[in-house]
Amino acid sequence: MSTLTLASKRRRAALRTAAFMSPWLIGFAIFFAYPLISTVYFSFMHYDGFRPPAWSGTRNWAYVFRNYPLFWPALRNTLWLVVVAVSLRVVFGLGVGLLITKIKAGTGVFRTLFYLPYLAPPVAATMAFAFLLNPGTGPVDSILDGIGIPAPGWFNDPDWSKPGLTLLALWGVGDLMVIFMAALLDVPREQYEAAELDGASAWQRFRYVTLPNISPIVMFAVVTGVIQTMQYYTQPLIAGKVASGVIQGAGTQFEPGYPDKSTLTLPQLVYNLGFQRFDYGSACVVALVLFALSMVFTAFLMRRRGGLNLAGD
Amino acid sequence: MKLRETASPAARTARRRALLEWIAVHSLGVAAAVFFTLPFVFVFLTSLMSDSQALSRDLIPHTWEWGNYRKVFDTPGFLTWWKNTLIYAGLGTVLTVVSSIPVAYALAKFRFRGRNLSLMLVISMMMLPPQVIIIPMYLFWAKQLDLSGTLWPLIIPMAFGDAFSIFLLRQFLMTIPNEYLDAAKVDGCGDLRTLLKVVLPMARPGIAAVALFQFFYAWNDYFGPQIYASENPAAWTLSYGLESFKGAHHTDWNLTMAATVLVMAPVILVFFFAQKAFVEGVTLTGVKG
Repeated sequence: MSTLTLASKRRRAALRTAAFMSPWLIGFAIFFAYPLISTVYFSFMHYDGFRPPAWSGTRNWAYVFRNYPLFWPALRNTLWLVVVAVSLRVVFGLGVGLLITKIKAGTGVFRTLFYLPYLAPPVAATMAFAFLLNPGTGPVDSILDGIGIPAPGWFNDPDWSKPGLTLLALWGVGDLMVIFMAALLDVPREQYEAAELDGASAWQRFRYVTLPNISPIVMFAVVTGVIQTMQYYTQPLIAGKVASGVIQGAGTQFEPGYPDKSTLTLPQLVYNLGFQRFDYGSACVVALVLFALSMVFTAFLMRRRGGLNLAGD
Repeated sequence: MKLRETASPAARTARRRALLEWIAVHSLGVAAAVFFTLPFVFVFLTSLMSDSQALSRDLIPHTWEWGNYRKVFDTPGFLTWWKNTLIYAGLGTVLTVVSSIPVAYALAKFRFRGRNLSLMLVISMMMLPPQVIIIPMYLFWAKQLDLSGTLWPLIIPMAFGDAFSIFLLRQFLMTIPNEYLDAAKVDGCGDLRTLLKVVLPMARPGIAAVALFQFFYAWNDYFGPQIYASENPAAWTLSYGLESFKGAHHTDWNLTMAATVLVMAPVILVFFFAQKAFVEGVTLTGVKG
């Protein structure tokens, strides 16, 4: 008798869980598992959307890695952005976070002003920067000219387009500022007081008290920064499009990466291969490379204890 | 006052150093504020310039052309983009919140086999770039359901839980002590009633944060409308239309900047009204503990 009620109790609990989880279970199947498997399948198919898919073995893979002229430049750009933009953003975010914890007058106003750019819609923000940095007419050009520094070509110069994007990313550092601010306020007061009694300088206090305490957050910022860079799409695309002066509309094709492939990123290749060249198979190969890279860093993030607060209780 | 006069020289230098530090910190703060604010200011000023002045190197408008904003609104399609954006962002947000809450609740408070696995899969979905699965998804929506040229391929999936929202809500629900749930159970509440009557009122800040994030996500989304709506200008959103606006007015920086202001302004207004919930949400995204 009692085992029966126990069994029925268990069944009811399982049903309850399934009911609560059901939106996501369906979503997981239709919008994650199925398309992911399908992407693997298409990566071995020749498919242009019109004729039925035909088995093509590893031909798409060979094409992407050996002959697709945009693949390696995109990967190189991603690496550049990871090394330069992500680290600058973390350092700058930490700096601004430190600054905001030290500001005593008008803290709320400063915090809001520092945070706002992060919220600017990416298309609008990129458009704004394309204007600000526009050679000849942009305000930044005028200012640099005024102090006698020759202004670079920014989004029209292959050497300066990524620094321009980095500037845009630094402007939107608000997310990191808030995270670092919270972490800095969590550092125990007593540790600073003890360090001060020992006669530690400001730098030593930062190096031996602040940094060890916030190092998990620094790590979190770096890894999420890397993941975001893998997904970097709208800003480089819009910057290239606006600077190149291509008019969007039917019949126009924008070759991504302007100027000279310098703003190419992996997600743009999926669009280029799939929706401009109608080579769905090769697009899926790039998609899987993107997937593998994202998952490596996500796994790294999840494995670190405390990083995502996964521990149940 | 008296104390001050009798203060030792050491205390005086300490005070002077504190004052100098105060000045240094706040000057640096002002410099940073200028860096973060100036782009907005330049965009706004340019949006009020005449056509020819916007192409010059002037920073301040000679005449304040408020009519530029009128011209933007009169652009064919602009109001439709507004409407579409509100539908996408509004409907999408409601669907996301309603479908994500029960999942987040189960992940935070139920004990079941596969819970950690589910959570790991949620995080993987959260980190998945949308481009990874876009080919099959596009074929599914466009070829099988014939829904390309609309925003439905972007809205419908939101009825099935959004990974980021689930994760963020779950983090928030974890902070609600189990005693409240146990008390509700003792009072005879079932799971659904406990969720609706006890948990939801306590989770209001978390829900607000999720709703805001989702609203901003849809508002800012460029890739989604580019894939599904590009062929049909009647389905464009602001973020997508803005770029074509630039294309059509490619030397009129003043009008383009006015349109840019109109895309940015609602986001900033919403932020001012809901600042607290938002900042709370950012800190909740995973860095506690």
